[in-house]
Parts: sequence; C-alpha cells; structure tokens
Amino acid sequence: MKKDINRRDFFKTAGSAVLAVGGLGAIAGCKGGSSSATSVTDGTAEDGDMTYRTNTVSGDKVSILGYGCMRWPMIKNEEGKDIIDQESVDRLIDYAIEHGVNYFDTAPVYLQGQSEAATGLSLKRYPRESYFIATKLSNFSNASKENSIQMYRNSLKNLQTDYIDYYLLHSLSGGEAFSRRFGDTGIMDFLQEERKAGRIRNLGFSFHGDRKGFDEMMALHEKYHWDFVQIQLNYVDWRHATGRNADAEYLQGELDKRGIQSIIMEPLLGGRLSKVPQHIADRLKERNPQGSVASWAFRFAGTHQGVLCVLSGMTYMEHLQDNIKTYSPLVPLTEDELGFLDETAELMQKYPTIPCNDCKYCMPCPYGIDIPAILLHYNKCVNAGEIAKSIEDENYRKARRAYLVSYDRAIPKLRQAARCIGCNQCSGHCPQSIDIPKQLHRIDRYIEDLKQDRL
Amino acid sequence: MLRKIRIILASVFFIGVTLLFLDFTGTLHTWLGWMAKIQFLPAVMAMNFVIVAVLILLTLLFGRVYCSVICPLGIMQDIISWIHGKTKKKNRFRFSWSPARNWLRYTVLILFIAGLILGAHSIAVLIAPYSAYGRIAGNLFAPLYQWGNNALAWIAERAGSYAFYSVDVWIKSISTFIIAAVTFVIIGILSWKHGRTWCNTICPVGTVLGFFSRFSLFAPVIDTEKCRNCGLCGKQCKASCINMKEHQIDYSRCVACMDCIDTCKDGAISYARRKRNISVQESENKESHDQGRRAFLTSAVIATTAVTAKSQEMKVDGGLTAIENAEKPERQTPLVPAGSLSLKNFSDHCTSCQLCVSVCPNQVLRPSTSLLTLMQPEMSFERGYCRPECTRCSDICPAGAIRPITREEKSSIQIGHAVVNLDNCVVNTDGVSCGNCARHCPAGAIRMVRKNPDDPKSLMIPTVNEERCIGCGACENLCPARPFTAIHVEGHEVHKTI
Repeated sequence: MKKDINRRDFFKTAGSAVLAVGGLGAIAGCKGGSSSATSVTDGTAEDGDMTYRTNTVSGDKVSILGYGCMRWPMIKNEEGKDIIDQESVDRLIDYAIEHGVNYFDTAPVYLQGQSEAATGLSLKRYPRESYFIATKLSNFSNASKENSIQMYRNSLKNLQTDYIDYYLLHSLSGGEAFSRRFGDTGIMDFLQEERKAGRIRNLGFSFHGDRKGFDEMMALHEKYHWDFVQIQLNYVDWRHATGRNADAEYLQGELDKRGIQSIIMEPLLGGRLSKVPQHIADRLKERNPQGSVASWAFRFAGTHQGVLCVLSGMTYMEHLQDNIKTYSPLVPLTEDELGFLDETAELMQKYPTIPCNDCKYCMPCPYGIDIPAILLHYNKCVNAGEIAKSIEDENYRKARRAYLVSYDRAIPKLRQAARCIGCNQCSGHCPQSIDIPKQLHRIDRYIEDLKQDRL
Repeated sequence: MLRKIRIILASVFFIGVTLLFLDFTGTLHTWLGWMAKIQFLPAVMAMNFVIVAVLILLTLLFGRVYCSVICPLGIMQDIISWIHGKTKKKNRFRFSWSPARNWLRYTVLILFIAGLILGAHSIAVLIAPYSAYGRIAGNLFAPLYQWGNNALAWIAERAGSYAFYSVDVWIKSISTFIIAAVTFVIIGILSWKHGRTWCNTICPVGTVLGFFSRFSLFAPVIDTEKCRNCGLCGKQCKASCINMKEHQIDYSRCVACMDCIDTCKDGAISYARRKRNISVQESENKESHDQGRRAFLTSAVIATTAVTAKSQEMKVDGGLTAIENAEKPERQTPLVPAGSLSLKNFSDHCTSCQLCVSVCPNQVLRPSTSLLTLMQPEMSFERGYCRPECTRCSDICPAGAIRPITREEKSSIQIGHAVVNLDNCVVNTDGVSCGNCARHCPAGAIRMVRKNPDDPKSLMIPTVNEERCIGCGACENLCPARPFTAIHVEGHEVHKTI
C-alpha cells in the first residue's frame, strides 16, 4: 500500500509533466509487453500497480479503473428467469479488489433491478472504507420527492451501507429534464442535506445530451456545487459524437474550466471500440502488436488529467484482466498517438453502424422485440462488410445468406424487427438518442429487400 | 443383370422422391420435381394424359415395372422385406404361392374411384400409394432429416459457417401424423411378413396396372424344360405370384422385380416375350387378408377425432417480454395457395401427398383437420405468411391441385382478403400507434386512417381495401394482438386475378 501512495504522489506532482509520464509509460509499456504472452496463460493481468487519481474535493484515492456494475454475468434460475450469477460476481470483485480496483458503479435500474443488491452482497465481504460505491437516482418513471427518497433509501438498503460515496442524478440531458425530475420537486434540498450529513459523500450527475443541455447543467454548478460529473468519453465521441450527444472534448473542456472531475462512461462504447472492423483492428495492432484493441480506448479515456475514474462494465474475467493490465499502470497516450486515434475515429465514420452500446435501457420492449440484439447484429454485419448495397454486388449472394442465416440465429423470429409496431416507447430511454423504431424498420426493409432480391 | 438394373433405378427414384419431401431448401425440386409428376395417381388427377398413357404403355410392354421402380411406397416395401430376408437365410424364402384375391382388389378399386368421384377424397387417398408414402416421408422421415440438419446447423453456428441453418420441427397436424404413422406400421408389418401383399390386394394403382400387366409383352417366363421343380423361385417371390406346381406366374401381381430370374440356379426363368396362352388366375381362397384395410379405416376414425397440436413454445429470455403465440383463427372459408384456382379445383385434384406441406419454407401450409378435406393442405399464418417471392408449392404440385404460377402472377392472385377486428387492435387495446399490418402489406391494400377523423393527431387504425388485398397473410402474421390477432385472412372459394 505504501508503494501505491508513493506512486500516486508521483503522479500528482508529475501529472502535468506529460513527457516524464510518457517516458515512464514507455518503460512500463515495454515491460508489460514482454510479460503479456504469459499473462494470457497464467491468468495474471499486470506486472505494475494500478494507477490512482485523487478526488480534489474529497481526497479519495480512486483507482483509474472503475467497475461498471451494469453488465454482471447472468444465468437462468429454475424458472428460466435471468438472475445475476452471484458466484461469478464474487470472483470478479475479488480479482478486481485484489488488483487495486476500488470504485464500483451501479444503479437501481441496472440488470432488471438486480445489480445493486448483487454488488452490495459481494462488496459486503470487504471493509467498507476500502472501496467507493457509486449509485444513482433513476427516478425516470416517477419523479415525485417521496418516490425519489424511497429510491435513495432502497439503494442504501440494497447496498447494505449507510452512506454512498458517489451519488448521481441519473442520465440528465439538460435543464428541462433536471427541473422536472429534481429542481422542481424539492428533492435537491433533501440530497444536499444528505451530503451535508455525510451520507452522500459526493453528489453529481450523469449526462447524455447536447452542448446547450450541458451548459444549462454547468450553470447549476454555482447553486449545487457538483462534486463530479459522469460523461461519455472515448476517442470517437471526443470529436465525432453521434445523435444529439455533444462532443466529449467540449464536455471535458467545460468541466476542466470549472475544476470538476469527470467519471467516464462508455469508454469502449459498449464494446463497439473493441469489436471494430478488421482493418481498423489491424491498424491498431500494427501500432501496438501486444496491446488489445480495447486497451487503446482505455488509455485514451485515462489520458485526460481531469478524469477521475474510467468505468468499464466487465462481464468476463479476461476483460477485467486486460483492463487491469492496461491501467497497471496507465501509460498515457502521446500527442502522436492521440492524433493516430483521431484518424482512426475518422476511419470508423465510414462504417454506418448504429450507435447502440447495448445498455438495454430500451428493454424490455412491451411487444417482445429484442432491440439491442437486432441493432448489434446489424452492426456486426456492417463491421464485417457484409451489408449488400445492390444485387449487382460481387458478394451479394454470400452477404445475403450470411445476413439472413445469422439474423435467425441471433434473434428468435417473434423478436425480430418485422414485429416492431413502432409504438416508440423505447426511444425516450436511449441515452444515445437512437430513433429505435426508425432503425428497426430500416433493418426490416433491408431484410425484405434481401429476401425478395429487390435490392 | 436385370435385377441389378431394377435395383439401381429403384434406388435412384426412391432417393429422389424421398429427397423431395426432405429438402426444405427447395434446391432439389428444380431437378427432381418431375419424379413426383410421373407418379400415376397425381398424373391422373392432373389429367396429364400423356404421362398416364406412357405409364400404361410401359406396363403393357414390360409389366408392372412402375411398381418396382417408380412407386416409392413399393420400393419402401421392398426394402423392408429385403431387410427381413437378410436376417436369416430361411426368411428370404418365406413366401409361397397364394391365389389372387381379385374380388377384394376390384372392390377396393371401385370404392376408391367412387370415393374420388363422390368427393370423399380424404378417405380414398388413404390408400393411394404415392400420397401415402408422401405422408410417411413428410411426417416421419422429414423430422429426422431436419433434426440432423439442426445438429449440423448447431455445429456450423459454432464454426462460424453459414452452410446450414436451423429449421423448426413441428407436427403440422396431429391427425395426419397419426395416419402417416399408422400407415407406416401397417405397411411395414405387411411387407415384413408378406412382401407385396399390400400392392396386390389394396393398392388401387397396383390393381389398375395389374389389369394391364396381364397382357404385357415381356415378362418372366418359366422354361418347363429346364425347371427341376426345386420351388425356390416361388418361395422367394415377394408377390406370391409364382405357382410352382403349374409352372405359372400371375402376371397381374408380378411386379417385374426379376428376383426369380437370379434365384433360379437352372436358368429356367428368363425375362422374355410371352406366348399368349396364359389364363388369368381367379381367386377362390377367401382367407381374410383385409386386416390392413380394416386397420386403416380404424385409423381414419381415430384421426378424425384427434385434435390439432398446440404450436410449440418459443424460446423466451428473462429480460424480454414473454410473447404469447397467436391462436389460429376460425376461417369461414379455408385458404389454399395461389395457383389452386378454386377450392373445388384444389380438392378435386389434391391427393394429399403433403409434398407442398413439406416444401413450404414459411410454415404456412399444413394438412387440414376438417373431415371433408382431411389431410389436404390449407394455409394458416401463425408461423409465417405466404411470402411474395415464393412459388414453391405451385412449382412442385404433381396433381394439378396447385397450378404453376410465376412470382409476378402471384402478386395479383387474390386467394382471400383480410378482415379487421378493431376490438383486438393494439391501437385500441393499448392506446399505442402501430400500423405493422399496413407497413408489411405487399399489395398496399391496408391503409391507416384516423381513429378520430376530427383530430389531426389521432392514432391511426387499419382499414382494408378488399379489392387490392391478395390474402397473403403478412398482416395476420405480423399483427401484435394476442391471443387472437386483430386482422385475419378469409379465404375465397374461387381465386381471381386483380
């Protein structure tokens, strides 16, 4: 532990000395590279120590890798219902804590409402002061003060704790949504009281929206003193954000101006930055043959000094190990590498994928459509270059068969896009502001064109 | 030599016809479809007189080679009988001469023809050889084939290959399934014990061809000079048609299998031009052999009282809303595929061979369970709809029940029309916007109109332009309302082009 603090102190003092850090990174990088061949087989992830950042408000020493608890592994119980695989969660959390991860981010609505309890149950086995818990006020369907307080108390109960380290107003898009769910209901007074009492150690919000919305939220800083803000940041969203989302460069810049630290969500875009088209992967591998494709995205997110913690929803042990390796320690990107990633982001624009990060907020569809599965399947085919443009295409027959066969494999008939009635109850939930019915109908039309050979 | 040729040709036909019922991809039908069209009864039903004439001529020349080479049910019996013969040497020589039961043959034939003429198709075709085999292949063999395919698809999926894709295996009609199974068991037992008894007592096609084969130009002939009366030929004759004592062969029952020629060690039997002095055997022996028939009628009774199977459950994930399966609506008029011309034309020609049911890639066709049209296919849309690009049933039908049509013709043939029941529509029950029926209507026959004409922002409800609707069932299949859909298709008695 002593050694960690030394390292952290070093980072703190040398934080701005990019060259120095880069130099150290280069050495560590070489070392990491030489041992990575064994790391795959013996299951160990890293050979350095986890990088920590210091919360400038509370002084928390937060691991740069935060555990997103939205994607815990699920299994079926006897009734065929999906439940969290608690045994695996324990194993993942044990490994994470053993390797220095100390930030766990959950929400009442995650994983059909099971995430908080499972996470709490597992963390309970460690001293409360050895980790930080983040959870959210997800009062989407009922924003009344009573209901919101109820939700807050439930979180404490589920997490088996009497205080929350990081409490977020969940998924705000601007002043209007803030007023409706928080500003006008009186809940802010309650939350500020809780913060004063120490039961909420840091109060912030998570954001999905445009510049105007973010400006509105920043304007509220005077009044509420946001201790931190959670934003979507990655090398694509940095300058090429999709939908109505603002570029991360802007968001981070605004936070830096005010000295507010950020927690990063979607550093990997729900896996879209690890499952990249082959030639993009080749490009990244050429530059760093030993590093995983995902490691670029995590290094990018961690490179910005205003970032306190980078969340990753790790379902599998190998992802956890790879991320720990990337961040033990973090080797910040050089200017050159940043430029390289910006070019990569531009190359990725050529692939018309749908910006779905598989967060499943849109689910369950009341008519049984498996929305994320349909969108992810489409993206997979886009990335594999298997979307036919016309019947004249050289590989039309192959692409047609690949799409239709894999579609039926990925999604049962009754949950396919053809069954979307367009009631549009989903779109409002989408943090990426995807017009879901429109996309589903577009995919359905494409499938019809393939089936009828009329492309 | 002749026997070997017979076996090779029979294998080709048997495998070919069987594959027609197994291949759900429709690729083989282009190449092998003719094998169904040269079957005797379908050719008669399709009024394809050229084929009927050729088959009769073939019989007049060479005897009942049709029964040995072309008829899949006959070949199936040969295979079963052959397997029994292989178990022990003495089993191969288990047969013996028995006189023809002509009164039974002709009674059955007359009843069969009467059944077809009087419209009791479903009873008559129970004993039609090709359609009986079709039901067996489609109901009993096809599921095995599909499970095999699904196992390969499972492997292919894990190997990242698209060579195989998985298909639904389901019982399309319990009654037809039971009939197929009972047919298989009865014919299986008969052929296991008595070889070709079925063909020579019950089968109407066998009786008709037997009538002609009595006069055939070529036939196996016993040379009494060479014969040493060992009796082996009679003991191995699966048609029980060689009367050793008299050195006579009943050519009405001989299926020209050529087994006897190879069996005779003395070369006393040869396939040659016959001398015209053979009297037709008459039957005296009234030993009851009609147990098969009785069992059949019993099976028909069982079958008609059986109920349709509930469609199988869908795979449901916990994070997903459970989806109820749609209930089959009660249609006033049944739906038959485009190309059928009319319900009457369809039921007049259909031999219930199930070939169209086997090839339908959209799980639309299934055997009817109603008494009058039992086992004849009808359409329903719980699992899929009659897709615009598909004309497989019309391409393959050997009996002229579904005439060949092109994709373009199909798009304008009206087989029925959609009927909306607004009480079930989710726009009314759930207060959401929908329009999935209109979005998928290939004929543009469904229009969404304002539920409340005075409100410009009103939700939209579906209406059907009956003139443009072709009855394909896309709307019914894709309607989200449960358990009964808010839109369903009613059949038309006579199809028309719009």
